Amino acid sequence: MAALSVLHGFVAGVGATVLGFCQAIGAVTLFALRGLLAIVTPPWYPRELLRQIMKIGYYSLPVVGLTAVATGGVLALQIYIGGSRFNAESVVASIVAIGMVRELGPVLGGLVVAGRVSAAIAAEIGTMRVTEQIDALTTLSTNPFKYLVAPRLLAGVLTMPILVAVADTIGIMGGWLVGANRLGFNPETYIRNTVDFLTFGDIASGLVKAAVFGFIITLMGCFHGYNSGRGAQGVGRATTNAVVSAMVLILAFDYLLTELFFST
Amino acid sequence: MSTPKIEMQDVHKRFGSNRVLRGVDLSVAPSESMVIIGGSGTGKSVTIKSVLGLVTPDKGSVLVDGKDVRKWKRETLLDKFGMLFQGGALFDSLKVWENVAFRALRSKSTEECRELAIEKLRRVGLKPETADQLPAELSGGMQKRVGLARAIATSPEIIFFDEPTTGLDPIMSDVINDLIRELVVELKCTAMTITHDMTSVRKIADRVAMLHDGVIQWTGPVGDMDASGNPYVEQFINGRADGPIEAVR
Repeated sequence: MAALSVLHGFVAGVGATVLGFCQAIGAVTLFALRGLLAIVTPPWYPRELLRQIMKIGYYSLPVVGLTAVATGGVLALQIYIGGSRFNAESVVASIVAIGMVRELGPVLGGLVVAGRVSAAIAAEIGTMRVTEQIDALTTLSTNPFKYLVAPRLLAGVLTMPILVAVADTIGIMGGWLVGANRLGFNPETYIRNTVDFLTFGDIASGLVKAAVFGFIITLMGCFHGYNSGRGAQGVGRATTNAVVSAMVLILAFDYLLTELFFST
Repeated sequence: MSTPKIEMQDVHKRFGSNRVLRGVDLSVAPSESMVIIGGSGTGKSVTIKSVLGLVTPDKGSVLVDGKDVRKWKRETLLDKFGMLFQGGALFDSLKVWENVAFRALRSKSTEECRELAIEKLRRVGLKPETADQLPAELSGGMQKRVGLARAIATSPEIIFFDEPTTGLDPIMSDVINDLIRELVVELKCTAMTITHDMTSVRKIADRVAMLHDGVIQWTGPVGDMDASGNPYVEQFINGRADGPIEAVR
């Protein structure tokens, strides 16, 4: 009897978790669809879009650049060490370039921006929810989805590819700096190897990933902020959930997109 | 008899197991200043939000100018309203003048909007220099005035005031009460205020409604309030712990 009760509790727990998960996926999907609809239907708020492009894109440049230059340098060192075991030191330039452009630029850039931007968006919109600013928007005949969510989603999709393009370039330059100054590569040969081995597909796949990650980052910030609970605790929880969910989704979608690009 | 500006008929609303409104019936005549009183958590804010469509009633109907709010075009309906929120609800990232002229910014030029905002700020006793400040740089009283300026910016037909004097000192509360009364008379608008500040009630109200347990327990002219004979009203206006309203809710 006791064993049956434990089993019942276990099954009920699993069922509740699965139902909660499905409910969350449904809520995020509906929110995303409403956001996308708000992007394509008027009225539009170009000033708000520009403001978000500055906040999400321009102000993320330093942290993304720093991450990229460090990653590029470390990647060059690691590939050199690993490659030297097979007498393949010469592949450093090409592997750094391909690794940065296809994978590390979008993923590390995405994770860094998720930490900065998802948190900021969730905190801002969450505070607006708690202080009735979202209700105030509605009473001023302004759809909060069009004014708050749509510009952020669009800014995320537009700016992340640019940020990642910058990160890729800086990362490759980081590898070049280490390669030329520390590992004894000829600077010109290093750059030639980089350019020769990169294909359009490498660059395009990285930028597509970046756009998807930009959408995920801003969507999670908006979703958790918009549905924030009451008080400082509610906003704090929304901020944490936004960052964690954005990071998990970036890693999950990275695999899915890589699989998609790999099979085509 | 003219059509009521706002009419609530048997409005019910629950949040989970909490039945906040249990059949609210309320009628507000055009150009009338109605004040809803009641303790914290009795559903005063939900009542106002039901009229604005921020909360959808589970049962009953809300009419504005005799027409159900669900049948109004949302934007047309909301254009009739101005609202002063309890905490001001000013947009942090926008300057004071952008807050005040927020609605007008969609249809008018920046210069026109700035002028409109400065004129409204003057009307609520704020200097033009305030226009370029951010809300966070203002005191609580000034934020309330900016909220008031925003509420009247488009000369709405109906203005809602949610706890207009909460958090203000007695002098600033009096200033805000006077301003509300003046503006309501000047704009000939219908006003609906929720408060538990009895000084405000006596200054602002034409009529008073007492909300408790999700229903209107009493409604009548402010002059009749002291002699209402209603135990809820008497306990509330005299601030007594003993009576039908439980002190611990």
